[in-house]
Amino acid sequence: MSVRAVRRLQNDVRVFQARIAFSVVLLLLAVAALVARLVYLQIVGHEHYAMLSQDNRVKIAPLPPTRGIVYDRNGEVLADNVPSYSLELVPERIDDLDATLAELQTLLGLSDEDIRRFRKLQSQHKSFESIPLKMRLEEEQIARFAVKQPFFPGVQINVRMIRTYPYGELTAHAVGYVSRISEADLKMLDPSLYSGTYHIGKSGIEKTYETLLHGKTGHQELETNVQGRSIGVLNTVPPVPGADLRLSLDITLQQAAIDGLGEYNGAVVAMEPATGRVLAFVSKPSFDPNPFVYGIPKADYDRLQSSPDRPLYNRALRGVYPPGSTVKPFEGLAGLEVGDLQADRKVSCPGYFQLPNSSHQYRDWRKGGHGAVDLKSAITQSCDVYFYKLALSLGIDKLSEFMGRFGFGKRTGIDIPGELPGVYPSKEWKKKHSKYPWFPGETVITGIGQGYVGVTPVQLARATAILANRGRVVIPRLLDAAQGEAGAAPEEAVGDNLAIAPEHWDTVIQAMIDVVHSARGTAKSIAAGLSYHVAGKTGTAQVFSVGQGQKYRESEVSKEMRDHALFIAFAPAEQPRIAVAVLAEHGGHGGSVAAPVARAVMERYLNGRAP
Amino acid sequence: MRYDYGLAGLGAEQTRFERIMKRIHIDIPLFAGLITLSGVALVILYSASAQSFDVLLRQGLRLLLAMSVMLAIAQIHPRHFRFYSPMLYGVGVLLLAAVLVMGEIGKGAQRWLDLGVLRFQPSEILKLAVPMTVAWYLSECPVPPAFRHIAVAGVFIAIPVGLIAKQPDLGTAILVGAAGAVVVFLAGIRWLYLLLLGGVGAGLLPVVWHFLHDYQRDRVLMFLSPEADALGRGYHIIQSKIAIGSGGFYGKGWLQGSQAQLEFLPEKSTDFIFAVVAEEFGLIGCLGLLAIYLFIIGRCIHISIQAQDAYTRLLSGALTLTFFVYVFVNTGMVVGILPVVGVPLPLVSYGGTSMVTLLAGFGILMSIQTHRKLLPG
Repeated sequence: MSVRAVRRLQNDVRVFQARIAFSVVLLLLAVAALVARLVYLQIVGHEHYAMLSQDNRVKIAPLPPTRGIVYDRNGEVLADNVPSYSLELVPERIDDLDATLAELQTLLGLSDEDIRRFRKLQSQHKSFESIPLKMRLEEEQIARFAVKQPFFPGVQINVRMIRTYPYGELTAHAVGYVSRISEADLKMLDPSLYSGTYHIGKSGIEKTYETLLHGKTGHQELETNVQGRSIGVLNTVPPVPGADLRLSLDITLQQAAIDGLGEYNGAVVAMEPATGRVLAFVSKPSFDPNPFVYGIPKADYDRLQSSPDRPLYNRALRGVYPPGSTVKPFEGLAGLEVGDLQADRKVSCPGYFQLPNSSHQYRDWRKGGHGAVDLKSAITQSCDVYFYKLALSLGIDKLSEFMGRFGFGKRTGIDIPGELPGVYPSKEWKKKHSKYPWFPGETVITGIGQGYVGVTPVQLARATAILANRGRVVIPRLLDAAQGEAGAAPEEAVGDNLAIAPEHWDTVIQAMIDVVHSARGTAKSIAAGLSYHVAGKTGTAQVFSVGQGQKYRESEVSKEMRDHALFIAFAPAEQPRIAVAVLAEHGGHGGSVAAPVARAVMERYLNGRAP
Repeated sequence: MRYDYGLAGLGAEQTRFERIMKRIHIDIPLFAGLITLSGVALVILYSASAQSFDVLLRQGLRLLLAMSVMLAIAQIHPRHFRFYSPMLYGVGVLLLAAVLVMGEIGKGAQRWLDLGVLRFQPSEILKLAVPMTVAWYLSECPVPPAFRHIAVAGVFIAIPVGLIAKQPDLGTAILVGAAGAVVVFLAGIRWLYLLLLGGVGAGLLPVVWHFLHDYQRDRVLMFLSPEADALGRGYHIIQSKIAIGSGGFYGKGWLQGSQAQLEFLPEKSTDFIFAVVAEEFGLIGCLGLLAIYLFIIGRCIHISIQAQDAYTRLLSGALTLTFFVYVFVNTGMVVGILPVVGVPLPLVSYGGTSMVTLLAGFGILMSIQTHRKLLPG
């Protein structure tokens, strides 16, 4: 080893040893801190802690917060809390839990289901917590238990605030409901935040804004004696009540929409175009959310589940339907903006369309055809052939990209959980979902909103709002404001503007006004008596295909196979304040069934009166 | 300077015993310390587990297995550790990545890798592989290491730490990161760099905060005011404080701790077992237990000071200091001077996940001690 190498080695060792020495000093300081803390607790604090430990025990009792109230835009209560008497047990204070449960069961006539539920809750909670055995006690049960209370230590009747939905079915799909905390919920929850809370938002607004609505659990440190009886409160941290939420929803519009749908199932979504605030959110049929709060009996739930009308199914959010002709205004814009379409160029419509070298006829809804139509009249009269040709000349990928700007095939981001994105196909999309390539015929039928195209009513409403805004993208939202210590409403999210020439908007919107207000418009039946202009578009979506050369006769088709009726609209057309999308399942023609529903909602909103 | 094998003062001649010890590569003082600690641990665990022989038996078997691993590792020459350091590191990182991918698929349970019969946490490997690899790299660098060397070492540390934090297992990520950082510190990083790194680290805290999960933030906040979470982690601290404080100077006696025996103390056989010691054996017992730990750590420091080359110096020093960090983080948490993070008390808490890794580390230390070439005194 050279002298230099030895020096270096010595230097390395010296540095290392200095570092070790430094570490040892830190280590000893840490140990000193530890010992100091132990001395503080075990010598200085010994008496205090010994008293807490030996003669008394400290127990922690959770103080659950009250859940925030949900209001509609006019202050109508959509979700409320009402006091309810519940029989509760603190397992830790009961000597023989099995015997007690058996006695209570006979005394109060409880079902085996009640006992089973309690057992489950018991396994999920700490033994010092008060666990409900039976909620919503009847007067007679309260009286019977009151007499025997002294024989049941650790069992008591408590008042709990229980969720109730005054409008029941009317708001079930929008507001959602709370239900008992499940095993799966527990995995997601911070247990200490939910001590003493037995309900959690399961769907709708109740789920989206769970944290806001729930508030923060408080607690009491109770000094208790050996029998577990509380002999004093050492410390109280009060709960923070959940925030009250005001929704943009208008309950009278909900009612108007439901009434308007009449015998039909379907969905109605109405929005304020400028803000994206949702005014009506209806999925019909609906269900009563109230039984879910207490725990719906299995038979009732099965009935809801297996009903052919599927009342639990949120059509507005998760129903994916062919949009039919309602896509035509958007496609018109596509033609003008990204294609070489001239608005006044006439296209002849003989009543059918054929691809070159193919005998297959793509029919127009009007058998004899519309003759020569330009873009405006094609929208107004809903000419199919015009849009077959338009789609084909644009090509599926251009069309798909443009429609995507209006949110077709994408989730809107509405503040209700579980939304589906729908589909707006492209060549790439088909590659992923099928072994076949994209066929030109598929482009043709995409032009009239059939084929692979699927939209949700909320998506259609949003696209309509973007149209009404002349390109400003908004995100539908039900929450208007949150009030309370638990927190404020999240910021509003507004997207960017679509860059489309103003005259193109004029053309398409004028055509949509003509849909309602001109003699040849497909929705002219709703124009009578309107004090403002409505811009709309009808749609009739095929549920099954009619064979070549056959005629679709409504009377011959069973109800389940009848076409869906659609209508999109905004009003007043010049200064839109409301945008609506209506879907009536198997309603037949959009103009005759869906359009009046939209009119009812718009009249209610703009003129404040029933139609 | 004369070296011994743990049996001091037997003179120049190697006894028969010494010759055997030399061949089986066991460091007697370290081994004795670990055996004592394990024995004491079983006594404590018996009380903490509500006198369960079953728990005792299982822990005993684990100890036996881990001790065998330790002794086996002690037989390996340190040059092999050095040679295999980067490979062990590579395998560990790959397994971590695999866990993340499989975890994605399985939605949850991201920390574990299921090998059919055996389930284990790859992050355990990194507890050893990170200090080994950083020591392997920095031992080749001049002292003090240049900035670029530190940057490279930083990357070696950051990759597994990032992967573990993503699992998410913040506690282990911090411990693995600390193990690597200790090597950098021992390798003689300039104080100026250290200050700079400290400054940058402090500056990054708000960013880290941003990426934490809500519950992780809650935990940190909770430490700042434990009363705010009296129903969750705060409950442990309150009950733990009562248990420790009521233990007093002499303790309530073995199996006599009312807090521990009456189930008031949660997790008393795992993370909070030190509170049982404090309640039943008092301040005396706590100091005794700390003394055993300090004896073990002292012996390990002795080994690292005597280590003959840069690699073994850095590695042994890092393993030693990391061990102390484990002990301090756990006891500090139980007595309430550190935030509650899920770190067990080494070799005492019930559970075997980390025991094998810990004792494997001691195996490395023993190997470093017993494979030294004897330099002429």
